[in-house]
Amino acid sequence: METLKKDIQVKNTETTVRITGAEAVVKCLLAEEANLAYGYPGGAIMPVYDEIYKYRGQFHHVLTRHEQGATHAAQGFARVTGKPGIVFATSGPGATNLVTGIADAQIDSTPLVCITGQVGSHLLGSDAFQETDIIGISTPVTKWNYQITKASEIPEIIAKAFYIAKSGRPGPVLIDITKDAQFEEFDFSYKKCEKIRSYKAIPKLNLEKLKEAAELINSAKKPFIVWGQGVILGGAEQEFKNFIEKTDIPSASTGLGLSALETKHPLNVGMVGMHGNYAPNVLTNSCDVLIAIGMRFDDRVTGNLATYAKQAKVIHFEIDPAEVDKNVKTDVAVIADVKESLTKIMQYVNNGEHKDWMKEFHKLYEIEHKTVIHDQLNPTKEGLTMGEVLGGINKETNGDAIIVSDVGQHQMFAWRYATFNKTRSNVTSGGLGTMGFGLPAAIGAKMGAPEREVVAIIGDGGYQMTCNELGTILQTKAAVKIVVLNNNYLGMVRQWQELFFDKRYASTEMISPNFVKLAEAYDIEAVKVSKREDLDGAIKTMMASKDAYFLEVVIEQEDNVFPMIPTGASVSDIRLS
Amino acid sequence: MEESKNFTVSVYTENNIGILNRLSAIFLKRHINIESMTVSKSEIENVHRFTFVVIVPETLIRKVVGQLEKQIEVLGSFYHTEDEIIYHETALFKISSEHLYNEEIQNKMKFRRAHIIAITDRWFVIEASGYREDINRMYEKLKPFGLLQFVRSGRIAISKPKMAISELLAEIN
Repeated sequence: METLKKDIQVKNTETTVRITGAEAVVKCLLAEEANLAYGYPGGAIMPVYDEIYKYRGQFHHVLTRHEQGATHAAQGFARVTGKPGIVFATSGPGATNLVTGIADAQIDSTPLVCITGQVGSHLLGSDAFQETDIIGISTPVTKWNYQITKASEIPEIIAKAFYIAKSGRPGPVLIDITKDAQFEEFDFSYKKCEKIRSYKAIPKLNLEKLKEAAELINSAKKPFIVWGQGVILGGAEQEFKNFIEKTDIPSASTGLGLSALETKHPLNVGMVGMHGNYAPNVLTNSCDVLIAIGMRFDDRVTGNLATYAKQAKVIHFEIDPAEVDKNVKTDVAVIADVKESLTKIMQYVNNGEHKDWMKEFHKLYEIEHKTVIHDQLNPTKEGLTMGEVLGGINKETNGDAIIVSDVGQHQMFAWRYATFNKTRSNVTSGGLGTMGFGLPAAIGAKMGAPEREVVAIIGDGGYQMTCNELGTILQTKAAVKIVVLNNNYLGMVRQWQELFFDKRYASTEMISPNFVKLAEAYDIEAVKVSKREDLDGAIKTMMASKDAYFLEVVIEQEDNVFPMIPTGASVSDIRLS
Repeated sequence: MEESKNFTVSVYTENNIGILNRLSAIFLKRHINIESMTVSKSEIENVHRFTFVVIVPETLIRKVVGQLEKQIEVLGSFYHTEDEIIYHETALFKISSEHLYNEEIQNKMKFRRAHIIAITDRWFVIEASGYREDINRMYEKLKPFGLLQFVRSGRIAISKPKMAISELLAEIN
């Protein structure tokens, strides 16, 4: 990892040098201060890998055990650093294996620059060995993609790729480079991209709209904020906090917005959505002004749209014009960079006070605490609960760790129960819901933030989708703490089968290998806990370890996630049991 | 349920490979059938113009146009109702020359925008342009004579309201 800290010498170069396309790829990445990539070599990308070898003092490559793992690791890196994650893969299966991670990054607005090798340009379209139309395949799931067939295109296209991936609403881009373009020599020089005429990264703030929004906020008796990942992507955490503190508005997060505001902030009333907290869901349908900030009204957040916040005036702070009025009709849309909007609105909003309104949140929180949270954290039944494991982790990390979650019940418990003190601490697959995301994303997160603890919370199902990446941990010594919550079921699907399919557990029971032995095979210290009295000690030992560590916790099989908004129900009809 | 209507969508794009795929993918993911499509150069140099016709509710086309517009290489995207545009389609009919002097065909040719554009001893070609309904009527009338070939273009349309592409470009540059 020392190479990461080295100063990068290659910046914008005006002078030209004659080099190959493959070398240009590495030089372009270095010029963009990207010196760490995840990937997997193969025939069509070999010239680039040869240059990675030559630049090994300056450019670091992590060999994952599958290209999907490379995309998720790059996502984990991007989510904790805010910089684009870099991915390399070869043509054909190498390229198609990227698709899940790219789709995940697209829906969760994660910046990735993926570079794939392609067969020689004279072979394009001929069904050559390992040829696949990755441009066609990746088009619907990329922010932008491009096929390079001449070396001379490389600098301009990679510069564009970085600009597009990072700017505005971030997202994944894919550059496909034919093998002959990698071998071809040309006169190289590099200039960063600063604008593209057909692409407006940041819409211009309309001050009138901002004033209109401020007036609505000032006149509101029961204002309510739902914030999303946009606050984090816009680097507007402080501005957001200033805004809610001045206006004294109860604020709830979406799943991806978590950690933008510390969990224990007095105005943080929890999480909205299908498995969110009781109060913010119910009171969505009582507020008079709903202020959405950097979120996109996902169906998992809104439940039934026909009954979502119909009584409220809706204000939407959003960078992407296509998200405005897509799901929920807004009364005032402030389409701009959220940092700018939240800075400028401060002069128009009054100091607010909403004590009585806040009390309504507290009252409902007490109900949720009594019926759900208390039992999760302090169970009296014999079986261990997912909530108490998260509670135990909070005690050891004090909320300072990066929590990476996979997808399923354990993820909902992680979102609901993990304490976050710092932004960019919740790394998870939200929009796509990609099982298998957790382990490789944790590796990338640890490399992006080596000074921080990274705890991956993963279910027994998702773990087995990408546990091949234990090999990457073995090779890189990435010190991630892996916690597998094992209920021997695909728990979320099982819960739905229990509730909505008369307990017909179709293909959700899962027989798993000896996870401890598996981790040990990769030279990772591993422990399995099935009794309550062993849990705290095991978590303490895990967190004290300087290396990667594996902890399996055997969970009560019928531990369910509540509250829950059943599909098609209204947010205010959220069930507590 | 909101009523579906004919909408003409005009999309101004850079002239790059793969844009068609990117645009059609947006219709595809919302399960919208494209009734017709035309691509051509536009009034601005190096800017291409896609013209799609779709039959959908207005709230849906508004969202689709937003999603088209946010594609990196799209300069601007607009939708118009039928009465906001001047539009045409063109069709070619290839018919056996034995019918060339048929009085009935001669009569059909009186339709205001139809004329013969090629004649050989074996076949001749009629070109007709106008609204879809006009061309459909022509098709029905000529069908009994045996159509050796028939083809109809996608819609081309000019909007009555301004589409401020040049201003958009000026603002960015």
